[in-house]
Amino acid sequence: MDFASLLNAIPGAIGQGLIWGIMAIGLYITYRVLDFSDLTVDGTMATGAVVFIIALCDYNLNIWIAMVLAFLAGMAAGLMTGIFHTQMGIPPILSGILTQLSLYSINLLLLGNKANRNINTRNYDVLVSMRDAGKWAIDNPIFITLAILIVLIALLYWFFGTETGCALRATGCNQAMARAQGINTKVAKVIGLMVANGLVALSSAMLAQFSGTVDVKMGSGAIVIGLAAIIIGEALFGKLCQNFAFKLSTAVLGTVIYYVVINLVIQMGLPSQLMKLLTALVVAVFLAVPYWKNGLPAFLSGFSAYRKHMEKKEAKKNA
Amino acid sequence: MLDIKNVVKVFNPHTINEKVALNGLNLHLDEGDFVTVIGGNGAGKSTMLNAISGVWPVTRGKIEINGKDVTHLPEHKRASFLGRVFQDPMTGTAANMQIEENLALAFRRGKIHTLRKGITSAERKFYKEKLKMLGLGLEDRMTSKVGLLSGGQRQALTLLMATLKKPKLLLLDEHTAALDPRTASKVLEISNQIIEEDKLMTLMVTHNMRDAIRYGNRLIMMHEGRVILDIKGEEKKHLTVDMLLEQFAKASGDEFASDRALLSK
Repeated sequence: MDFASLLNAIPGAIGQGLIWGIMAIGLYITYRVLDFSDLTVDGTMATGAVVFIIALCDYNLNIWIAMVLAFLAGMAAGLMTGIFHTQMGIPPILSGILTQLSLYSINLLLLGNKANRNINTRNYDVLVSMRDAGKWAIDNPIFITLAILIVLIALLYWFFGTETGCALRATGCNQAMARAQGINTKVAKVIGLMVANGLVALSSAMLAQFSGTVDVKMGSGAIVIGLAAIIIGEALFGKLCQNFAFKLSTAVLGTVIYYVVINLVIQMGLPSQLMKLLTALVVAVFLAVPYWKNGLPAFLSGFSAYRKHMEKKEAKKNA
Repeated sequence: MLDIKNVVKVFNPHTINEKVALNGLNLHLDEGDFVTVIGGNGAGKSTMLNAISGVWPVTRGKIEINGKDVTHLPEHKRASFLGRVFQDPMTGTAANMQIEENLALAFRRGKIHTLRKGITSAERKFYKEKLKMLGLGLEDRMTSKVGLLSGGQRQALTLLMATLKKPKLLLLDEHTAALDPRTASKVLEISNQIIEEDKLMTLMVTHNMRDAIRYGNRLIMMHEGRVILDIKGEEKKHLTVDMLLEQFAKASGDEFASDRALLSK
């Protein structure tokens, strides 16, 4: 393992992380603002790419229009989960799983029953491509994605400051209060899910360009990666600032850190099939931290009791 | 005006847990009535307030506010008529949002939420004035998260939110029960002041008989999902706790069986 190839992997990892950062922002909206664990994203993270590639390669549409169509497809997925939850009374997690499952079929169907499809990046002038990640040029995917992220975060910052945005935040924080203030919490949840999944699909469409390929499985485990990103961001930068735009940015920083670390670990020889296991365990531990803060689990407090006992003994001996 | 006509609410119907919480409830309130509501545990006091707010649909009967039938309106649509303060200080406010944002939400109660700014600078001045009237120093902490406030401060804020836009009916559901005695009496005083100034039609549920007697122009006692005592005007002014207990025994054929109510007499 030489240092140079480690270093070479970093720009690609940053680009990948920034693109997934758009997805993490979407997840932040459902998971943190709406308090809704939305598993739709595993499906949406492929649907966006599928819709994008069809619009671009089959219909020869402008790349921006193809991305907007991907965004709209994501919104439709969010709407579906929203209807499952608000109109059919299905719990949040299950609503997301149902949509995710349906999306798997839809994605396969749209791809013509193939599991994957490549974008010939020579024929299409894609916005972001992995090949340009190491270049010091304006079309470097890192700069382009950063610019898109700044626009998105600014738009979201504005949106969550509007009356509708405030209603969404109140819904996520306290539904009884929101309804008592005349907020239709069902509508609020559906709007939130639609915006969030739109962003996830946009991230998916950019990832398709970046890697030059679309795969029906490309979204598998997306929710865990997104959660990892949010948690890493909060753990490292959460105390610095309470500003909403800053919080969204920390989710993006979280994904970048996640992908840089993952790429380095793989470069150093860890079998890549272990990545999802490791990610899941890391997320599990981070999610457990608030629980453990309220009292350590039995086996750990057993240790601390033993330690206290030994310390007392020690103190007696010294006395 | 509030009209509750023959309202029945059955929880878990056709199961072994079936409970008739409201059993043909009838109640009429006039403009400006400040009614205190007492009754033992399970008498249907909170259920009545929830039925008015539309937390769930009632089994039978009709509810009218100012002549408008609201029986089938969803909770968020009735909100424009109502101001509500709950027993649990956590319920009435959004903890992760700022004090001024909470007030801004209350200020838009019953309006359609647009893409205009969630709070304007003109509003901020207005909220500051209103917060000053509470006398809790909240006017200097308008951008603090509500989650940082004490229970009493949160209840006072919820009360302000409930009355910021004059509601047709104010519903206070044991809103001081979770507070320490000193804070409770302060919040009660503030409530009374706001209600009298704005001449708000109010239903105030309380477990404290002395408070029920001291405040308001009318007192009702509930038992098994119905109003069994209705005392107003001159009669209410001369009421004592003992008289109330005696009346209760007569009206219900039962001892007043709430320890909390007896202890707090």
